[in-house]
Amino acid sequence: MLKDITLGQFFPGDTVAHKLDPRTKILLVTLYIIALFCAKSVVSYGLLALTLAVCVRISRVGVRALVRGLKPVLFIILFTGLLNLFFTPGTRYLVEWGPVHISDTGLHNAIFMVLRIMLLIMGTFLMTYTTSPISLTDGLERLLNGLKRLHVPVHELAMMMSIALRFIPTLIEETDKIMSAQKARGADFESGNLMQKAKALIPILVPLFISAFRRADELAVAMECRCYHGGEGRTKLHVLQYARRDWVALFLGGAITVGVLVLRQFGL
Amino acid sequence: MNGRTEDCPRRHWESAAARKEREDLESILQIKHLTHTYGVGTPFQRSAVEDMSFDVYSGEFLGIIGHTGSGKSTLIQHLNGLLKPTSGQILLNGKDIWAEPKKIRDVRFQVGLVFQYPEYQLFEETVYKDIAFGPANMGKTGEELDHCVREAAKLVGIRDDQLFKSPFELSGGQKRRVALAGVIAMEPQVLILDEPTAGLDPAGRENLLANIRDYHRNKQRTIVLVSHSMDEIAQNVDRILVLKSAHVLMSGTPREVFARADELISAGLDVPQVTRIAMRLKEKGLPIDPAVYTVQALEQELLAARKGGAPC
Repeated sequence: MLKDITLGQFFPGDTVAHKLDPRTKILLVTLYIIALFCAKSVVSYGLLALTLAVCVRISRVGVRALVRGLKPVLFIILFTGLLNLFFTPGTRYLVEWGPVHISDTGLHNAIFMVLRIMLLIMGTFLMTYTTSPISLTDGLERLLNGLKRLHVPVHELAMMMSIALRFIPTLIEETDKIMSAQKARGADFESGNLMQKAKALIPILVPLFISAFRRADELAVAMECRCYHGGEGRTKLHVLQYARRDWVALFLGGAITVGVLVLRQFGL
Repeated sequence: MNGRTEDCPRRHWESAAARKEREDLESILQIKHLTHTYGVGTPFQRSAVEDMSFDVYSGEFLGIIGHTGSGKSTLIQHLNGLLKPTSGQILLNGKDIWAEPKKIRDVRFQVGLVFQYPEYQLFEETVYKDIAFGPANMGKTGEELDHCVREAAKLVGIRDDQLFKSPFELSGGQKRRVALAGVIAMEPQVLILDEPTAGLDPAGRENLLANIRDYHRNKQRTIVLVSHSMDEIAQNVDRILVLKSAHVLMSGTPREVFARADELISAGLDVPQVTRIAMRLKEKGLPIDPAVYTVQALEQELLAARKGGAPC
């Protein structure tokens, strides 16, 4: 059951979407998010949804995998949708039933808000599905390189991020193992009230924390043994380089964003 | 060498095996056509256990051996109901363990499973409390609980003054003993140990195995030892089950299994060092039976060969 978590999962592939420079993909997702928040009309939402559909098509990531990524945030989506639906004052009321009323603006807002969150999540998931965590952090590090002058520890942050991502599957596996071991000693995680359920987590959390600290310690020693001392003077095995497809992709992404902004100017 | 012959535990186990043959001991666990498939309906579909059938007899010391990926771990997690079979049945004392899925916890108390590296499951403030976790989950309290905990601790060689220490202050080997005691304290009818000696030094390994043998001898309870060390299996168990790529390759007494040493080797498995030496000696022309697996047995074979007038 823990294996269903898809956060940061990478589906290896050989499509253009996989081959793009990670920096390009990060920039494109950023542009996409900006465009999403500027979109106001059916036309611009349609354009953005179409863009995503084309990208999904190119990447050959299954639609089912993408929809599964929405599952953990389903509650937030529903909550936002319902809140907008029932609590937005408007000029015209479609339903009035005691204290419950739905206005036309409310309906409009709810639909667009839900669409926006869904597109946003699917867009970012598309990036993590087609980019390995390592190259993603590598791209992020290069993108933020300029901030080093402001004494932002960019390399350290990127290293922390890649370590964190690296250990997610390890810790999930570990949790599974510890749960099995405690179940074998008769631990019961399913029944009981909230308090008992919280208490039942102690036999999992304590060993899990201890093992996480142990792993961190071991990793630190191993890094030190190999003379790791931060980013200063460190070179890369794979130096990121923009190719022609990156420029094309960035140009298209920029054009779509500008298109949405122009549409907004025309009130669409 | 003389000293070892004196306190050699071997004879006892062999008599248990012989007794089993004589009286035809009852099966405590019956595994019937067990199959477990991971990832059904995905491209990663793979059977870790396929159509396995065998019995575990009451009071025996059974060894399960197999390569990494032969399905050992998947198999034993079925025996106490941690995994549900894709198809097939597991009978405990003649009753299907999944007949009442709500009572699966009772099965886990009767079939104790000690995982690999069990020391990583310790969580309580004191050794005593950690050992008590299992029996307390069974609903034991007061004096009964105290008795279980202290007896289990004694069986695995934990001193009384260590009982109220934090388990995290102990050494790796001692932590493992505590974890083992945590399962033994539930007084399971069947105790399954998955690679109990992995990562221990030779002295610690022999020590722990001696504890397990004592437990088996004193309590007359069934033990299933999973290992990939042939020597460890050969020197401790009554009966061996050899697994190979999700199937049972062979089963029988150590003597029967090591008589088919060639098959074992072609299956990519090891044979005990002593057997290997005996096989080589036979190749060189000595008239001995290569299906020996203890130093004593090899010694007797060699003495017999000398009496027979062979060049030795």
